[in-house]
Amino acid sequence: MPATSIALATDPLLRFILRRADDALVLGHRLSEWCGHAPMLEEDMALANIALDLLGQARALYAYAGVVEGAGHDEDAYAYLRDPADYLNLLLVEQPNGDFARTIVRVWLYSAFMDLWWQRMTASKDAQLAAIAARAVKEVAYHLRHAAAWVVRLGDGTPESHQRAQAGLALLWPYAGEMLTSEPDEAALIAAGVACDPETLRAPWLGRVKAVAAEAGISLPTTPFSQQGGRRGHHGEAMGHLLAELQYMQRTYPAAQW
Amino acid sequence: MVSNLAHDKARAIAEAVPDPELPVLTLGDLGIIRDVAASGTGVEVTITPTYSGCPAMNTMGMDISLALAEAGFGPVRIKTTLSPAWTTDWISAEGRAKLQAFGIAPPGPRGNDAPVACPLCGSTNTGEISHFGSTACKALWRCLACREPFDHFKCH
Ligand SMILES: [Zn+2]
Repeated sequence: MPATSIALATDPLLRFILRRADDALVLGHRLSEWCGHAPMLEEDMALANIALDLLGQARALYAYAGVVEGAGHDEDAYAYLRDPADYLNLLLVEQPNGDFARTIVRVWLYSAFMDLWWQRMTASKDAQLAAIAARAVKEVAYHLRHAAAWVVRLGDGTPESHQRAQAGLALLWPYAGEMLTSEPDEAALIAAGVACDPETLRAPWLGRVKAVAAEAGISLPTTPFSQQGGRRGHHGEAMGHLLAELQYMQRTYPAAQW
Repeated sequence: MVSNLAHDKARAIAEAVPDPELPVLTLGDLGIIRDVAASGTGVEVTITPTYSGCPAMNTMGMDISLALAEAGFGPVRIKTTLSPAWTTDWISAEGRAKLQAFGIAPPGPRGNDAPVACPLCGSTNTGEISHFGSTACKALWRCLACREPFDHFKCH
């Protein structure tokens, strides 16, 4: 019998934590799809390392979500026993990898934001979130450095690599704005100093992205940030396929252990 | 009543457990053991995880439990604490010397861009090949003097 999905409480802090945990899990899953397929060995290891860091961040956040919710859900229950509509990740992170350039551009856009976000979260009034942030901030700095260096190398490389970096950016850009927006149920957490208001990171994020794009010789799209909804559980087709693979084992053999 | 002797012994056992991925280092050298508390009802070991995604953390906890159980301590509870966050500054001087002898360039002090010396010939004429190495804690470097590649334990 397939495992039944869990139902979630609507507590704002729980949802705030799950949103960021889901971002990390889903992007980590996407990057792990490169394992054994990256264009070179060093990059295979780099993408797998970044995926592991993200998985570790997701685990720490899920474990804390379990404490906050107090319903007896552990990390595995959140990762394996929720339906797509109960996942609250950004649409940006669920998009298929595409080619290597598109994959790198996504890590760059996401890390450029998360580097700022985790820095701010180290001062969260919530001690556990601040502690998770203190570790994550060191990791994301590496991810950003690595991805930004690749964006420059690709953009400033051959006509082929330039075109691919530019195309990846054009495809992902409409999804990037969702990172910079807060949800209505986060207002009280922001006022209390528990959550960081992503709106306040918009200008610094844009400044960083512009600087790297200029160095890479690629242009930032002028298209609007039109794609949003992941934060409320409105996902695209790719998310269902991703979860089908991610959850397959636990759904088929409930509570299976290694 | 548990004597200080039992505390010290339990701590020494936990600290002597080898790192599962870098067995030249003990967990004591790595600086992840925050506290060892032996009481009438068992031993509680508090550790600080290194990297969020380090797959060796679970193994470290198991290895500590096993080592203590073999020495007659039990039951063992492993507690993890995130704050303050682990840093490579907590790796002992002895641990750094062991890394060096094993062919891994040890991390420099944080916030200091000291050159990385080749662990084989000592030259500082070195360069990074990749930020990401075979484990979360290492980067891949090469020596431009002796031409050998080597691992560098990243400053964290
Ligand atoms: Zn050398």
